[in-house]
Amino acid sequence: MKKSFKEIVGGAVSLVTGMRITLDQFLKNFRKDHNVPYPHATLPIPDRYRGHIIFTNDEAGQSTCIACKSCEKSCPSDCIVVEGEKKEGAKKKSATIFELDFTKCSLCGSCVEVCPTDALMFSKRYNLASTSKAVYSKIDLIKDLETRMAKQGLRQPAPAQTAPIQPAPVQPTEPQQIPQETPQQ
Amino acid sequence: MSAVIEFLGQEPYWSFVRLALFLGGVAAFVGLNAAYLVWVERKTAAYVQRRPGPMEVGPQGLIQPIADAVKLLSKQVLVPPGVDGVLFRIAPVLIMTPAMMCFVALPYGSALVPADIDLGLLALFAFASINVMALMLGAWSSRNKFAIISAARVVSQNIAYEIPMLLTIVTIVLMSGSLNLSEIVGKQSGWFWNWNIFQLHHNPLVWLSFLTFYICMLAETNRAPFDMAESESELVAGAFTEYAGMSFGVFFMAEYANIVVGCSLATVLFFGGWNIGLGPLLGSAPAWVGALVGLAAFFAKLYALIFTVIWIRWTFPRTQFYGLLNLSWKILIPVALVTLWLTSFLLKVI
Repeated sequence: MKKSFKEIVGGAVSLVTGMRITLDQFLKNFRKDHNVPYPHATLPIPDRYRGHIIFTNDEAGQSTCIACKSCEKSCPSDCIVVEGEKKEGAKKKSATIFELDFTKCSLCGSCVEVCPTDALMFSKRYNLASTSKAVYSKIDLIKDLETRMAKQGLRQPAPAQTAPIQPAPVQPTEPQQIPQETPQQ
Repeated sequence: MSAVIEFLGQEPYWSFVRLALFLGGVAAFVGLNAAYLVWVERKTAAYVQRRPGPMEVGPQGLIQPIADAVKLLSKQVLVPPGVDGVLFRIAPVLIMTPAMMCFVALPYGSALVPADIDLGLLALFAFASINVMALMLGAWSSRNKFAIISAARVVSQNIAYEIPMLLTIVTIVLMSGSLNLSEIVGKQSGWFWNWNIFQLHHNPLVWLSFLTFYICMLAETNRAPFDMAESESELVAGAFTEYAGMSFGVFFMAEYANIVVGCSLATVLFFGGWNIGLGPLLGSAPAWVGALVGLAAFFAKLYALIFTVIWIRWTFPRTQFYGLLNLSWKILIPVALVTLWLTSFLLKVI
């Protein structure tokens, strides 16, 4: 008798405790935001996030790459292809082809570290999905820089004279709220 | 226009107009409640789990219920081969009709009582018990093992919970001295300590009575943690397994309608119905102000109780079937009997 009464009272107390906890959680939603409504907004991506590499840009919106091929040589997965030439009137060489095979990349960062002109940085792209492998096995960094700069109004997309002819890769769309990509310190 | 109103206001016609208005009103109330309680349920579930819930259709997902209703209405009502065709089709109607009939007997406000029946409470319980039979018919006729297991559980559960519920009702009827719902509410007018829930000198255990009633109401409406009828983790969808489209939707509407009826009954029996509990302060206000405030008070209490039903669902896991019967036969019925005995002793002997 005494035991069963204890059981009933203890059970009732634990029920009330449970309801208090859920009410607490319920009310917290009104005090501050619940989670970010993901496709419409995203959290700021941390500075040290490593997406696939992209070109940095100088004030004129140009890449600082000198086509030295250090990145190509340092890459442990052989996923970077660089070709460059010295354009007329220019002091240094510049890249004509810079392709990244992201399907092989392990994001080790050797290319970013080794670059003598800080021309490479990690992007903050993480919404990567496509229906064909080609989109990520041949990421054209030169073209990518052009489109990014055109979006910022820094540079008009150059006429495609140096870019190799490609079967128009579908560029992944980026979520709007990603903070502007700035060179790493 | 005024001539038309005057004509309709005359006696033989006025009863028909009144009937049509109340029928339309009750149907709209049931439909809107079912639609928007689903929204409230989803939103509350999400908030308890720290999610935003439906957000896409309309601001805060407010148009979601309408989208859902359109989807359900546009789906085919499938009748699988081998089912008992007549019963299978009739069960959703049978479950919805008594639920809507209950609404007719409820007193919403001092001027809003669709049918002021002398034995209103009895009528309510007579209608409410049909719901179990309809559920059983639907499950039986759908020729599905999950549905039949669920039906067997629902029937024994409802028999177990009808008893303590009726014992509690008898206690309250003893305290009020009437089976007429408007009269029960009228007895609780004035200050809020006239509400039955504070009538401790008639029934010192009235809070236990309320808890018993509330738990039984949860079990009668097959709500979590007593949702044996639709224990989706064990029995697919229980009694509704074979139902699709709007026939499934009707079962859902009936579930929410029953919740509204149960919570209205709790409001009427324990929390003074349309009384705001500050009666003497409103004494000088015109009658229509009192009626509107009363209506608001009724709905405030009603929706607070409904919110608690939803809150309980998202707090507690489903009880085991034996635990469910144990709770009724070993705890609730003895408690209800003791309360009844104590109340009748205090009222009639002393």
